[in-house]
Amino acid sequence: MSTVKEVVKVGIADMKIATRGQSIRTSGLGSCVGVVLYDEMIHLAGMVHVMLPSSSLANGGSFKLAKFADTGVRELANLLSKQGGRISRMKAKIAGGAQMFQFTSGSDLMRIGPRNVEAVTQALDSLGIPLISEDVGGSNGRTIEFHLDSFLLNVRTVNMGVKDI
Amino acid sequence: MGFEERITSLQLDILKEIGNIGAGHAATALSTLLNKKIDMKVPQVRVASFDEMMEMAGGPDNVVVSVFLRIEGEAPGSMFFVLPLSQGARFIQQMTGEKDFSFEEPPYSELGLSAMQELGNILSGSYLSSLSDFTNLNLYPSVPALSVDMAGAIISFGLLEVSQKSDTAIVIDTALKEDEIPETESVRGHFFLLPDPDSFETIFKALGVEL
Repeated sequence: MSTVKEVVKVGIADMKIATRGQSIRTSGLGSCVGVVLYDEMIHLAGMVHVMLPSSSLANGGSFKLAKFADTGVRELANLLSKQGGRISRMKAKIAGGAQMFQFTSGSDLMRIGPRNVEAVTQALDSLGIPLISEDVGGSNGRTIEFHLDSFLLNVRTVNMGVKDI
Repeated sequence: MGFEERITSLQLDILKEIGNIGAGHAATALSTLLNKKIDMKVPQVRVASFDEMMEMAGGPDNVVVSVFLRIEGEAPGSMFFVLPLSQGARFIQQMTGEKDFSFEEPPYSELGLSAMQELGNILSGSYLSSLSDFTNLNLYPSVPALSVDMAGAIISFGLLEVSQKSDTAIVIDTALKEDEIPETESVRGHFFLLPDPDSFETIFKALGVEL
């Protein structure tokens, strides 16, 4: 028996929110990190798909807040607050931050996955939001879906199986 | 304002020609290697959002075989050779004679992976060297990296440079087609060339085009 749930899809460098009866998903995370913030009391969750660790990397005028870990996490918390969420009640789950390719040469961008994870963790710390679970690192892609009935984050990979965290 | 917002149709045509020359050489190399006819679609140059870029490779969830390399030298950028699993496996079967090679279940055979890497090496090498000849710019490929994973996870890596400057990327996309495979096979092999944002100026200057 399964009821059809509406799935909210989050693109790359994008953020969305979902409420009771919905789930929220982002596909194909590599070095990017998917961050879920949720407020269990009011069944509200948001997800951001960040690409880069810090908005200080942006050169060239305006940018999408969701692209960077520092601005993305903060903006997502704001967005949820506007919908009645409380930062003091929020919890976080994260996945992604893989190192897809190994290059010997190279700029800092080659280590972008781990740096994204560090930056997200820092941003959560600064907001005082506890990180409940994570599935990060490795060298594989992930598709993640957060369910608002169970507050579980489903992580799917190509060769490393499926798990709920 | 990003360059991609003020690109002219002449510049788009030049990028298309770059795709034509590069992918043309690569397709010839592939055809020689596999001893079969490989058709190439007319390249498309697109100013695409990152999400659109994923869609070109069959969607972020779509599992693909990919050879990725960084272009170093005077006009840095990223290059991807992306194949659907079935097509990648077919190429490897033809190259190695391993009739039951498949990308469906890991672990994959060492020989097969090595052949795929070499295939990527040869193709991207011929793409790049023709591009280098055409523009008279020094371009060097990094060692290609092979990956079998979700297209989103792979391609987002090539967008990192661009993403620091812009929310859209200019991509030179050339689709490959094997002769005997029906048009209906929706996702085909692709070459994606993604020059870094600063490289466009270098490329156009090298070709004597005013910006």
